[in-house]
Amino acid sequence: MARTDVQLMLDVKAGDEQSFELLLRRYRTPLVNFLYRMVRNTAAAEDLAQEVFIRVYRARQEYAPSAKFTTWMFRIATNLALNSVRDNRHRQMEISMDQTIDTGEDEQQTLQVPDRAPNVEQELVARSRAEIIMKAIHALPEKQRAAVLLHKYQELDYDEIARVLECSESALKSLLFRAYETLRVQLAPLVNNSVSNNSVKV
Amino acid sequence: MFGSNRNEKGGLKQCAAMESRLVEYLDGRALPADRRAVEAHLSACAACSTRAEEFRAVWNALDDLPEIFPSPAFDASLRARISAEPARRGFWEWVPTPRLAFAITSLVILSAWISSAPRVIKSPTVISRAIQESKVSAEKDFGMIRDLPELENFDVISKFDALTELPVPPTASTQESQKEIR
Repeated sequence: MARTDVQLMLDVKAGDEQSFELLLRRYRTPLVNFLYRMVRNTAAAEDLAQEVFIRVYRARQEYAPSAKFTTWMFRIATNLALNSVRDNRHRQMEISMDQTIDTGEDEQQTLQVPDRAPNVEQELVARSRAEIIMKAIHALPEKQRAAVLLHKYQELDYDEIARVLECSESALKSLLFRAYETLRVQLAPLVNNSVSNNSVKV
Repeated sequence: MFGSNRNEKGGLKQCAAMESRLVEYLDGRALPADRRAVEAHLSACAACSTRAEEFRAVWNALDDLPEIFPSPAFDASLRARISAEPARRGFWEWVPTPRLAFAITSLVILSAWISSAPRVIKSPTVISRAIQESKVSAEKDFGMIRDLPELENFDVISKFDALTELPVPPTASTQESQKEIR
């Protein structure tokens, strides 16, 4: 039977490097995805994900299972992501309007679309949809963005997300409501088209 | 009209209450009592009912965002960064860095050298000469203060040539002759 996150982390605390490898394998993809969707830059996302693991490793001796491992891990990840987003925004403000702005975002990043659509046209459509969704998520205020990503893609419980974002559960639910309300408007073309024709005009 | 206004206010209040309940309801995580309350409202409120449907559609659309995978070098790069982390030293954590150690050592040596330097004991002759010099200096300072009233006297100042010495303080005879002139 697979060991729980807490058991693995306690083993890491005891000096078992293999347990850390298991945690790495378990969470590197979800972390990279969460961070990519927060900062919209693959290199930065990987760098931040590594930083999360390094901080987990550094804190191994002091680890005490007072909260779920995922709560702790995503709290580190969210703080790093929020700092990165804010640093990037400050950097952009310092750049002259006349210069080409390197936002650091993968504006041309081609998302890897799973091979469910062998048809080229369908693949292009799927890619466009993904870009629209990504843009809409990235347009959300940072805290709403983090709330949606943790709720929708990481499927954390409300109390976990509230702890990660350091707010009350009721504040979190309002945050999610406002985020989905915004997405409802932003993604209306996608949603309406897919509802009516099962195809997408982009 | 009053009745419909009252209903409207009550309805708006209930719609506002949906803000903290709708997501949980759609998630399937609402408590039974909350679920019933939301369902009762949705069956009576077209706007909230439409909103709930559109929220579901958005959630389905969000599923279309594909997953990305860490690069092949991710694990190796992370292991390299972890290997570069300083090992837990326990007692050795208290040992300062080489630069700091050098600075502290230099300060200690310097302090020891200064404190071990022989003290200069002045001879009585040297001491009395120093006392004399300080007396002369004090008299000079007193002289400046003594002349201060003259310096504050406008009649004196207006005739005062900055390049010459201070005018001689008036004696009793000169003061009397000045009074006669007035």
